[in-house]
Amino acid sequence: MSIPQLLVHDNGDNVGVVVVEGVKAGDDLLCVVTEDNSDFRIKTNHDIPIGHKVALSDLADGDTVIKYGEDIGKMVASAAKGDHVHTHNLKTKRW
Amino acid sequence: MSNKASFWGYRRENGRVGVRNYVAILPVDDISNAACEAVANHIQGTIALPHSYGRLQFGEDLELHFRTIIGTGCNPNVAACIVIGIEPGWTQRVVDGIAETGKPVAGFSIEQNGDIATIAAASWKAKEFVHATSGLLREECDIGELWVAAKCGESDTTTGLASCPAVGNMYDKWIPEGIYGCFGETTEITGAEHLCKARAISPEIGDKFMATWQAYQDEVVEPNKTSDLSDSQPTKGNILGGLTTIEEKALGNLQKIGKECRYIDVLKPAEAPEKGPGLYFMDTSSAAAECNTIQAAAGYVVHCFPTGQGNIIGNPIMPVIKITGNPRTVRTMSEHVDVDVSGVVRREMTISDAGDALMDCILKTANGRFTAAEALGHKEFVMTKLYRSA
Repeated sequence: MSIPQLLVHDNGDNVGVVVVEGVKAGDDLLCVVTEDNSDFRIKTNHDIPIGHKVALSDLADGDTVIKYGEDIGKMVASAAKGDHVHTHNLKTKRW
Repeated sequence: MSNKASFWGYRRENGRVGVRNYVAILPVDDISNAACEAVANHIQGTIALPHSYGRLQFGEDLELHFRTIIGTGCNPNVAACIVIGIEPGWTQRVVDGIAETGKPVAGFSIEQNGDIATIAAASWKAKEFVHATSGLLREECDIGELWVAAKCGESDTTTGLASCPAVGNMYDKWIPEGIYGCFGETTEITGAEHLCKARAISPEIGDKFMATWQAYQDEVVEPNKTSDLSDSQPTKGNILGGLTTIEEKALGNLQKIGKECRYIDVLKPAEAPEKGPGLYFMDTSSAAAECNTIQAAAGYVVHCFPTGQGNIIGNPIMPVIKITGNPRTVRTMSEHVDVDVSGVVRREMTISDAGDALMDCILKTANGRFTAAEALGHKEFVMTKLYRSA
């Protein structure tokens, strides 16, 4: 298998993690789901640093973000499929 | 790799096995640091453990201080121990606590003697201890005699993908072989506390964990917070590494306990486990030096430290093994990395392969090979303080 540029923990997740350096807006990323090694492709809309998240589907303000198959917080701004998801649009529900 | 591993360690008087052979020069209190450092500078083969506290503490905070100091002296990586305090009362309490292990220990107090006479007397005894212990031979020990603690730091999203699962895989393979394990980081479980509770051996122990977790929220976070913990949890380094929320961080953190093993008890800070082999949760800070110090004080002799962005922590008496799955960190700060599991994110290495690579490094470390942190001189020794001194 080619080296993936983005990994997803679970099939139910709506974000994935960039695992290579130098991803640029418009790149077509090979994505692998670690749960079952299935793969798909996604086009990014932003430059994404290694370790940062990408929306796997369109996310609306208020939507719950799922990673590891678990709730990791809620969107506080909308994000399109392929957008960078981080502190500017995702926040914990705890605090 | 066979799970039926063995290593070469130092068997101590009480039967426990160490993987290092230090003569520790241990201050009871902050103002005795100078004398301890003078002895360690004078007598080769000794190590001073300076710290910042030990005066005017009281109640549970004082008990934790004694538990940490005594536990550090009792750790089987310490062959013999010199204790120096400002006055004889608390100094003797520490000496008596360490003496229960049967190892050589002697106490010295400074009041009415002064630093110079104390340093001279302690140096004579330290030299005697170095001669008594530096020629001890290692013996082959079953893997079940190894106590391996874990804590992650400067985590990022690769920690949950690769380095923490590698530690979890090691626990899944070696806890059934009889090792003692330990994880903690009470606040960092926030967001995954329901999953952590479910990994207890019984509902009672799960409730004990939840009570410990809730107590921190109620007694520390609520009275002291200015807004929330957003500036500390996740840390600035975590956020640079792509972690956004405490829940996301917690879910990655909890990968360290693997998929199979269950924790059998919940320990107070620096409390030694007493329910036999198995995995333990300890109530600790998530700050690396504080957590590692009290895990060593509980008797753990090797530490596994997954990092994403590149935490550089070490400990003076317990070798700390650094594991990373972040290829950029491997590229930019390889001198700190003991186990490179970045092959996991390239899908060139399975989690089981990563666990095996870590286990191989643990055995080499237990046999005496220096970790990166040891070679680089990292000796962070930091007390956990519960509240202001009197």
